[in-house]
Amino acid sequence: MVAQNVAFGILALAMVLAAIGVVRTHNVVHAALYLVVVLAGAAAQYILLAAEFVAWVQVLIYIGAVVILFLFGIMLTRAPMGDLEGLDNRQGLPAVVATLALIGTLTALLVDAFADQEIVLDAPTPTADIATQVFKVYVVPFEAVSILLLAALVGAIVLARRD
Amino acid sequence: MLLNQFLILAAILFGIGMYGVLVRRNGVLVLMSVELMLNAVNLNLIAFSARLQETSGQVFSLFVITIAAAEVGVGLAIILLLFRNFRSPDLDEVHQMKG
Repeated sequence: MVAQNVAFGILALAMVLAAIGVVRTHNVVHAALYLVVVLAGAAAQYILLAAEFVAWVQVLIYIGAVVILFLFGIMLTRAPMGDLEGLDNRQGLPAVVATLALIGTLTALLVDAFADQEIVLDAPTPTADIATQVFKVYVVPFEAVSILLLAALVGAIVLARRD
Repeated sequence: MLLNQFLILAAILFGIGMYGVLVRRNGVLVLMSVELMLNAVNLNLIAFSARLQETSGQVFSLFVITIAAAEVGVGLAIILLLFRNFRSPDLDEVHQMKG
């Protein structure tokens, strides 16, 4: 249990620092690379929580596909590669206040609600269990999501093509 | 492991993502911050799934990942369109509807 907590601590620290990097860096490409650290850290946390299938889906879809999409977006909007001023608007101070208020409220609420509930894990979740759930209980949402993905694909092509 | 350590990490990530959405002007960076918030939600779902020994949470996080991929595709297409029309990826250039 101690090893898991140490691993959690290191990963959590890396994720928070990288997340701050995403929202604070002056270089758009660096923001995408910091995002990779956060996403990989999240995948590692899923493995700590014995959800290995979701962890690999996270690696494949987020790190493999979504970050590449972001890099294409950066390329196509011709963001300059070097350090850049003017990436932030002038709402910095109110945004910090709102963020700290949100984190403080949520933390107080969570400490109050789930004071010392333990997560006890025995074995990793078998992927077969997730498959059974997807194709039995959640088959209608699953099909709806497929239609949504198709619609999003067609929509993206219609929006982005030049004519 | 405590349930709360994961939930509080997710709360912090969500807050940082919200800060990014509020502060960033570049549309691509705003979408990245939205991804941070979606990841925080996924972490919550997986943590509760482990706590309750129940796979539904993992199925829902798969749905969230799928929707996030669709959202990024359409979002980037919209930002590309804005870039073509306004010659800038900054979202606060878009104020045609302002009275």
